[in-house]
Amino acid sequence: MEKTINQKAWFLVLPVFLLVAFSAVLPLMTVVNYSMQDTFGNNQFFWNGVGWFKELLDPSTDLGSRFFASLWRNLFFSAAILAIEVPLGIVIALSMPRQGWQVAACLVILALPLLIPWNVVGTIWQIFGRPDIGLLGYALNSLGINYNYVSNDFDAWATVIVMDVWHWTSLVALLCYAGLKSIPEAYYQAAQIDGASRWAVFAAIQLPKMNRVLLIAVLLRFMDSFMIYTEPFVVTGGGPGNSTTFISIELVKIALGQFDLGKAAAMSLVYNLIILIVCWVFYTVMTNAGVERPMKEKKP
Amino acid sequence: MESIAWMAWTLPTAIFFALLACTLAVMTYLAAAYPEAERVGVLRIPTTRGDRVFISLILAAVIHLLWIGLIGTDAIAMLPVGEEGLEISSLWLATAISLVMAVIVFRTV
Repeated sequence: MEKTINQKAWFLVLPVFLLVAFSAVLPLMTVVNYSMQDTFGNNQFFWNGVGWFKELLDPSTDLGSRFFASLWRNLFFSAAILAIEVPLGIVIALSMPRQGWQVAACLVILALPLLIPWNVVGTIWQIFGRPDIGLLGYALNSLGINYNYVSNDFDAWATVIVMDVWHWTSLVALLCYAGLKSIPEAYYQAAQIDGASRWAVFAAIQLPKMNRVLLIAVLLRFMDSFMIYTEPFVVTGGGPGNSTTFISIELVKIALGQFDLGKAAAMSLVYNLIILIVCWVFYTVMTNAGVERPMKEKKP
Repeated sequence: MESIAWMAWTLPTAIFFALLACTLAVMTYLAAAYPEAERVGVLRIPTTRGDRVFISLILAAVIHLLWIGLIGTDAIAMLPVGEEGLEISSLWLATAISLVMAVIVFRTV
């Protein structure tokens, strides 16, 4: 007989559930209601069935083309920042000091960008990158590189990505550092006795031990970058053209700019579903990675 | 009713949420009354009943969206209800597939 799980402790989270019901579940239900209807304001709603979803999932319509364009853009952005931030964070964590006053100094310096609010980060880079008064923009242009994030797609993308790397690599580094600190000294001593190379120590001891914290880092960074709004909105405003209009910027444009609550609700539900699936897959894969489990024999 | 006017309730969405709430209530009762063991299925991950409900619901949402996006929602039948009759959208086929998938998920995952 296999051990059963007693789930009764979950009743203890009932108060939290009630709180969440007011702050999240009721609004989410409202979004579902909106997604099935059209409104011209004044709380007057008209039944539209799955009409908005049809439009949303059809790339030949205006809504569908905007949705898919911003979705691919956003996925590319998330992939780009993850590809930079995770390896960079690991390298920073590995090269941080292990003892002495330098530890505290490093931690404080690394934590600084994390303490700055999104809109301030956006404003910093918006000014930093300006060709006329910004240090970065002026320096690049003086070097003969034609850099202007307002008019050039590539420059806008580079600015937004570098800004995100500047803002959030510290998070990955701090998480990895916490993972590294938890490795007992005996592991390193054993590796030294075996004459393991620096790379072997990293691949066989440090990386596996950082597995969990890396999962958290990747999840956090993916979700954060997939719903990024403030920073690109402040720096580029989604431009030039629509080149840095990420999915949440598009969503706000539709919901609050055009006041198309039905379209925006349908879009946010699909957006939500994507995030839910990605999180579930990430979590399941990483928590089960490396665990060998034989499939249970079927009883005849 | 005035106080929830902002939520813009409709009968179909209300039925949907009522069914969802019933499902969760039944699952809660089952978990409390009949504790279960985790099981490893075709996905090679340990799952409980709750996990399988979650997978089924997500799968249902994906199936419905794929159906809307790829096949559409043309009428497949008319029910002789009322004066004009009631159109049955092909989307109900997606619902049927979702239910079958839910059964498969509960059996195999």
